[in-house]
Amino acid sequence: MSEALLILGMFLVTFSVRYVLFGVAGKVRFPLWLTTGLSFVPPAVLTAIIVPAVLLPRGELWLQSDNPWLLAGVFAALVSFWRRDLLTTIVAGMLCFMLLRFGFGL
Amino acid sequence: MNCNVMNQDNASLKRREMLDGAKATVPLIIGAIPFGIIFGTLAGPSGLSALGALAMSVFVFAGSAQFIALGLLAAGAATPVIIATTFVVNLRHILYAANLVPKIAHLPHRWRVMMAFGLTDETFAAVSNRFLLQDNTEHAHWFYLGSWLAMYGNWVLCTGLGIALGELFPDMTDWGLDFAMSVTFIGMVVPYLKSKPMWGAVIVSGVIAMATIGMPHKLGLMVAALCGISTGLSLHLLLKRQSAPEITHE
Repeated sequence: MSEALLILGMFLVTFSVRYVLFGVAGKVRFPLWLTTGLSFVPPAVLTAIIVPAVLLPRGELWLQSDNPWLLAGVFAALVSFWRRDLLTTIVAGMLCFMLLRFGFGL
Repeated sequence: MNCNVMNQDNASLKRREMLDGAKATVPLIIGAIPFGIIFGTLAGPSGLSALGALAMSVFVFAGSAQFIALGLLAAGAATPVIIATTFVVNLRHILYAANLVPKIAHLPHRWRVMMAFGLTDETFAAVSNRFLLQDNTEHAHWFYLGSWLAMYGNWVLCTGLGIALGELFPDMTDWGLDFAMSVTFIGMVVPYLKSKPMWGAVIVSGVIAMATIGMPHKLGLMVAALCGISTGLSLHLLLKRQSAPEITHE
């Protein structure tokens, strides 16, 4: 039941965001500061998810050099700066992570 | 093209647009396959039923928000928090809509509803060239339809595949596949880092996310994101004001 509520709520907010401008069909214009502000949304939100996921993969702060989440995360960021390609970053990051976890048993 | 031929071939023209739209989306679909599968795999261990996971892919159809919802569910966040976070995460789609709306404003309302539902990062990336860089956009909405049907079908299919795999190999969750989400997001964030305001937004967001880790219901995520966005916007306005006089001197 609560699952149905969750999915309904997620559907409503997601669809509303996607629909609002299509619905009014260009009759509303955003002020420039709002458009600029929105451009910071994806990197800010995603970073707020990544940093704790990589630094606290098991729920506790893990800053040592034996944390495969942290090491592979840094590696993936470097690959991304180098190649600027999403698919390359994902494949390289996952390979690095798998190697650390299962190759070196970290 | 001759008018007669155009009338005759209207249906086949639409079909070709749809096919072209699907084709243009293929590279992005290849990228989305692992996430769909991993989303399905991680759903059960995060506390979402198989049916719930499938329903989420069918109705919500927003990859990164769905991943984040799983993370929040696993952390025991309350339903309103997950919905509010979904809203913040998906706000970026307004930007896509703002770009496309001048080209689609003339279409019937049912078309615009359908297009809104399918407005994902991938479909926007695939259709923006067609809509914004090519002249003849009379049938381009069929291109859009082809792109989103391909994307949608793949997303739902991969979710189902992931659910099945998760049930076949229950210990898959110990493998650390959640790292796939982190690595995907890293690959999405880095290309943004081209200006001081972006760096500011990301650094503040990351630091605040760590500082607010103890907040109930994972509210830290939203606090951190909002702090990051305000930092970025403030830096942007500040730098613009500083550089404005120089431009007038030239």
